[in-house]
Amino acid sequence: MQTRRETLKQSAVLAGLLASTGLFPQYALAYNKGAFEAKSLADVLKALGAGAPVESKDVVIGGPDIAENGAVVPLTASTALAGVKQVLILVEKNPSAMVALFDVTDSVEVNFSTRAKMGQSSDVYAVAVMVDGQALYAKKEVKVTLGGCGG
Amino acid sequence: MADPMRIRAQAAGDKATVRVLMSHEMESGQRKDAAGKLVPAWFIQDVEAKHNGKSVMTAEWGPAVSKNPFLQFTVKGAKAGDKIAVTWKDNKGETRTDEATVS
Amino acid sequence: MKMKKAVLLASLASFMTMPASAQKTAIEAIEEYRAMLQDGNPADLFEAKGEDLWKTARGPKNVTLEKCNLGKGPGVVKGAFVELPRYFADTNRVQDTESRLLTCMETLQGFNAAEIAKIPFGRGEQSNVTALATWIAAESKGMKFKLSQDHVQEKTMFEVGKRLFFARGGSHDFSCSSCHGEDGKRIRLQDLPNLTKNPGAGNGFGAWPAYRVSNGQMWGMQLRLNDCYRQQRFPYPVFGSDATIALGVYMGVNGLGGESIAPAIKR
Repeated sequence: MQTRRETLKQSAVLAGLLASTGLFPQYALAYNKGAFEAKSLADVLKALGAGAPVESKDVVIGGPDIAENGAVVPLTASTALAGVKQVLILVEKNPSAMVALFDVTDSVEVNFSTRAKMGQSSDVYAVAVMVDGQALYAKKEVKVTLGGCGG
Repeated sequence: MADPMRIRAQAAGDKATVRVLMSHEMESGQRKDAAGKLVPAWFIQDVEAKHNGKSVMTAEWGPAVSKNPFLQFTVKGAKAGDKIAVTWKDNKGETRTDEATVS
Repeated sequence: MKMKKAVLLASLASFMTMPASAQKTAIEAIEEYRAMLQDGNPADLFEAKGEDLWKTARGPKNVTLEKCNLGKGPGVVKGAFVELPRYFADTNRVQDTESRLLTCMETLQGFNAAEIAKIPFGRGEQSNVTALATWIAAESKGMKFKLSQDHVQEKTMFEVGKRLFFARGGSHDFSCSSCHGEDGKRIRLQDLPNLTKNPGAGNGFGAWPAYRVSNGQMWGMQLRLNDCYRQQRFPYPVFGSDATIALGVYMGVNGLGGESIAPAIKR
């Protein structure tokens, strides 16, 4: 007979598995603090339990070549691939690399835009974390300048 | 209570592009005030979008998202008249929900 | 922070020396960046707040601003922004958007205009004035500037504004014209509009109120001028002073026929 401890452990594992499918929001893991504190793309993916990053032409990172001000840099992450679980936006040289994490459902296109703060010129990444744990990414360089005096 | 969001949802074919502007300081926790003290981190951590009451997108944000955040995403199977609701929750536990009708 | 600044300056220097054959110039790339931000301007948030404030009963008299006369009649907001600054008979002076708002807030709602003028920008009722000015500007977005020069005071203020624009002083012997008096001037990568004539005058005058991404603040023309004076190492002008209004008249008249894009988004 299963002990209470075993049952609890099983249901925790089950909840974790269900949560990681992204299909059961009520089991969603709490805020991914570890991932948001990671300093590199590799560490972010490790914290999320995803595979090692692989560059892919099927993932698209959109953004300006030069951002006049690093406080507001428009970035878009998208892909036409199927089987995407999460989309991540990263700024490599920020104190913490990950800017945002989007959970993908069947009801939304895999295309998300937001604006990020960049501390300095840096590579920015769009990462598609697939349902099987694969992590595919695209990157581009965004130069940041303080420009002039605010006209 | 936090200032309201501006949500615009525009239908094109069987999809709706949703653009949201949120009013939030998004304090990174890295900034120092005039006295040299670190201003504590205060930023939106969780975002959820619902289409006619059904959750269609959840997101987690870090402090690197810009102040007065902008968000854009596209909902499939949405048409004019449908309701889009967006909720954010920050690291202090404050929350705000606003709704818009797809035009 | 100093380290970051050194890195930034270094990267700035590195692409200032980009070969002429580079596919996209720095200016073009920055223009692309600005275009990317046009949709979803956080100024919308202030605009919404301003509209709400206009229609909410407030102040000691608990009245809305819906009877405020911005020059086209009580409560007429559409088109008012592109005719300001202008002469007002009830106050017997030329007023800009923000000083006129103070007049309405005092006479209609019972606020103390002089007290509000003393509040630092971004705080309390001052931030409400900015939000209101943002909405008022939005109600004229896309319209062309048509300030009147019919009244003798309007003509006088234009001349005063012109004198102030070219008057050099302060520790660095700057004037407005030092930065804004000729075509093609810039500070580092920030191009500076020539405010003495169109298109610069219309573009420059017609861009404020604007949301400044560098500090996430909404700036009206009063704050823009205040900061210009700070940058020239002059004393700060009083909020709504004749000097600031005169400069507004000078720029606005120079910008006649130009299109108002306020509220805009700026670095």
